[in-house]
Amino acid sequence: MARFAMAIDTKKCVGCMDCVVACKNENSVPEGYNRDWIVTITEGKYPDVHLEIQSQRCNHCDNTPCVECCPTGASHVNDVGAVVLVDHDKCIGCKACLAACPYSARFINPEGYADKCTFCIHRVEKGEMPACVNVCPTHCMHFGDLDDPNSEINKLLASRKFHQLLPEAGTNPRIFYLT
Amino acid sequence: MLELTTTRHNPMIDPSLHVWSWEIPLYLFIGGLVAGMMIISGYFLFSKRYKEIDCVCYSLPLISLIVLSIGMFSLFLDLEHKLFVWRLYTTLKISSPMSWGAWILILVYPVIIANFLMNPLKFIEVKFPQITKLTTFIHQRPRLIQNIGIVNMILGGMLGIYTGVLLSAMGSRPLWNSSILSILFLVSGLSGAAAFVHMIAQNVKERELLAKADNSFLILELFVIMLLLVGLLTTSKVHIAAARLLLDGPFAAQFWVFVIFLGIIVPLIIQLLAVNHKIKHTPVAPVMVIIGGLILRFIIVYAGQFSKYLNVL
Repeated sequence: MARFAMAIDTKKCVGCMDCVVACKNENSVPEGYNRDWIVTITEGKYPDVHLEIQSQRCNHCDNTPCVECCPTGASHVNDVGAVVLVDHDKCIGCKACLAACPYSARFINPEGYADKCTFCIHRVEKGEMPACVNVCPTHCMHFGDLDDPNSEINKLLASRKFHQLLPEAGTNPRIFYLT
Repeated sequence: MLELTTTRHNPMIDPSLHVWSWEIPLYLFIGGLVAGMMIISGYFLFSKRYKEIDCVCYSLPLISLIVLSIGMFSLFLDLEHKLFVWRLYTTLKISSPMSWGAWILILVYPVIIANFLMNPLKFIEVKFPQITKLTTFIHQRPRLIQNIGIVNMILGGMLGIYTGVLLSAMGSRPLWNSSILSILFLVSGLSGAAAFVHMIAQNVKERELLAKADNSFLILELFVIMLLLVGLLTTSKVHIAAARLLLDGPFAAQFWVFVIFLGIIVPLIIQLLAVNHKIKHTPVAPVMVIIGGLILRFIIVYAGQFSKYLNVL
């Protein structure tokens, strides 16, 4: 079974926010809401300063607290690519998944259901890249199958240093930030 | 659409999580209170105190049914996709405390109703003579009454514990992520219920017994709160930060004044004086205990949402 993941090269990301705009357009994300967003992290004091720009979204974790706590099975792991998705017709809007996500990656769509990044599964199933990856002008985003040893993402993870967000939360997130 | 901001500013999420408002703490409080009332009523049935005509086990079931229904309505109000609420009952998901909570609530109603049938309201007896037959049937079988008591105590315990597990299962919120929270909510529910019975009991012996029991529950509650805080303070950095929300952070004033001082210590002193016949029994201490329990749920739910792993997110 495929396990889709994303590697984002923080050495190339300039924080242009094209990924955010592309996601909003592709998925008709309602005004005032974001499925992905940019975080700029500055650490240290001059002259020893470190800057990292991260394009963040749902981490499509291997251990999914949002799926575990969902009382109706609306939040589920998709058969294709182990992508974490929400079945709108099963969601009762209890917001347990919003509270359970350590990344606060979910929100309640104005129509009442929990909403989040889908890795643009509707595009991926047609053999296309997620919208954010597709539009990235610096080609800093790489999408692929972690279970395929020959995939580009596996080669990047083998050759580059990387980190994940909040590994201490025990979720084993599948968004990797190349450093 | 004209939207200029591309950093995250999702409603109910930013700047800090606030997905649950007054509905959930109210529901958790009511769940705990009803759990406590079921355990107390169940104990009176089991210990054969129901033989006394003014036993509180005859009035508690109706109160429990009304209060629990208010709590469930409050839970319903919290849902964002209300028309799909029936989906809760097309699934039983073992990993989801909310799922088994929904099923526990379904089991709780018939158990309380079985207790209620021992003394149904007069107009029900007049309109539905079959109910009177059921009442007679139950009263002729002391073992059945004891069994109703046992089931009430078991399901009451499950209900009380579940209200805490609902929050403690969330590893993403350091303040909630302690299994002792379920014991705290159970003990707090028992203390609130004992205070309530202390307030309404007609039987003097029962009132004395429940006042003494409430004192024990309040001391136990203080101890459990201390364990919760010690547990958090001796874990990781994020858990220490979570404990400090209550100890000296933004929720400290409410926590120390309304939960610890006015919700536990002051009523404990008043009730200790009352059970030692230094002062008369009044509703003051029980009301303080009940309000303290409600405020405890509000503080835990609000502060828990405030607690998180990293500020950069």
